[in-house]
Amino acid sequence: MSIFGFRISPSSAMNLDTIDRSRFEELCRIEPDAARCMSCGACSATCPASEFSGMSVRKVLLCLQRGKEEEAFRMMNNCMLCGKCTMVCPRGINTRHLILSICRIYDKEDKR
Amino acid sequence: MIYQGKQKIWSDYQKEIPDDHWFYVRSCIRQNFFPGSERMMMEICRNVLGKDFYETEHHTTCGGIAYHCDTIPQETAMTIVARQFALMTEAGYENYVASCITSFGNYTEILETWHEFPELEAKIREMLWKACRKEFNKPKYLAHSSDLIYKYRNDIAEKARFRLVDKENGEPLRVVEHIGCHYSKMFPSKGVGGAEYPYVLAGMIESWGGNVIDYPERRHCCGYGFRQYHVKANRGYSLSNTHKKFESMEPYKPDMIITNCPGCPYFLDRWQYVIAEMEGKTYGQNGYGIPVLTYEEVAGLVLGYDPWDLGLQLHQVAVEPLLDKIGIEYCAEDKYKGLNRKDIMRPGLPENLKCF
Repeated sequence: MSIFGFRISPSSAMNLDTIDRSRFEELCRIEPDAARCMSCGACSATCPASEFSGMSVRKVLLCLQRGKEEEAFRMMNNCMLCGKCTMVCPRGINTRHLILSICRIYDKEDKR
Repeated sequence: MIYQGKQKIWSDYQKEIPDDHWFYVRSCIRQNFFPGSERMMMEICRNVLGKDFYETEHHTTCGGIAYHCDTIPQETAMTIVARQFALMTEAGYENYVASCITSFGNYTEILETWHEFPELEAKIREMLWKACRKEFNKPKYLAHSSDLIYKYRNDIAEKARFRLVDKENGEPLRVVEHIGCHYSKMFPSKGVGGAEYPYVLAGMIESWGGNVIDYPERRHCCGYGFRQYHVKANRGYSLSNTHKKFESMEPYKPDMIITNCPGCPYFLDRWQYVIAEMEGKTYGQNGYGIPVLTYEEVAGLVLGYDPWDLGLQLHQVAVEPLLDKIGIEYCAEDKYKGLNRKDIMRPGLPENLKCF
């Protein structure tokens, strides 16, 4: 309750020790490119879906690293697999393949 | 890193502060927030240490708040500052000391800008002449007033009646030092110790007997940030910053906080009340808050001045538990007596934050 007209923002700090990163580690094993991303954002800048849906491969990877999987899936639902991000990645990451691998690993886990 | 390399880096962040003859300019807001601080600075420097400090009633704001709030262009702030320098020149001084951190940052930024763009300095000189027929010399040395107390810290320690230690067991008090962002984050070489290891307040604490607490968010902003607090829609950011700092320092059980900025003591002090009202949480012992003092107030306390003459009754967080811990005598009945024992009225007491 705030009688002041403003309130304390919830902390955005994350404790990586309490997050289960096993699926992200499995992803890095199968798709080593996941660890090569330097978060430059070229993929997000070129993504035709990002402007109206918020899709961003860079953010998806960061969310998975930080255990925010639901947020990542919400974004990935908007991916059209057009492959533009693959063409612009300065690290040569096959982002299209990466997205499909993420779907495979995380989907498999959810069906267990 | 080799030791000599470290020494060299550290030496870049030391200041050769002149000992005497200062032109002193006050802060716009400190006199309202903590009115005893600047008076105590003058009292200590002039009467206790016998230094030459000059101040004039003609000086104005430095324009820093308006500049940082984007309501005036920098040229306007520069002309205001040029006028202050003209007052210093007229008074025959060459060393300029500002009481406010934002002023210090503003003066530093302007002097550096003039150094890089001399044509701008010429333009400002012309504007000042057109506006008020004044001319100025740039100060030979620019300091913040905490630099001077830092320089005089050992002289103050020699004359001190009290030390920052627990009178019961002789243990040093655990003190949090908080440096204003505009002190050295913009121009690290202008502050004692630079931006990462500013030593200006830590040096005072060590000289006066306390222990400095190193906690994770030590260099975090207090949350004032002009565009955060002054815009009500953003005020939650200001509070959240302070909240983050208190959450970080809480496990170290600080006895007090020392600051050298006009805004920081105010917000670290008053937001404790707001946090207590919003979340029911207090950060000091037994339901009290953590007292937040300016360095002049702490200097005054160790020198044995009456806490109520220092204006400590105007703090939101009760300072009495701290005074009791150090062993400083005070008269509880005189807390709300002003000059000539005039009653200045008692404030209403908060529900969650314990106060007297």
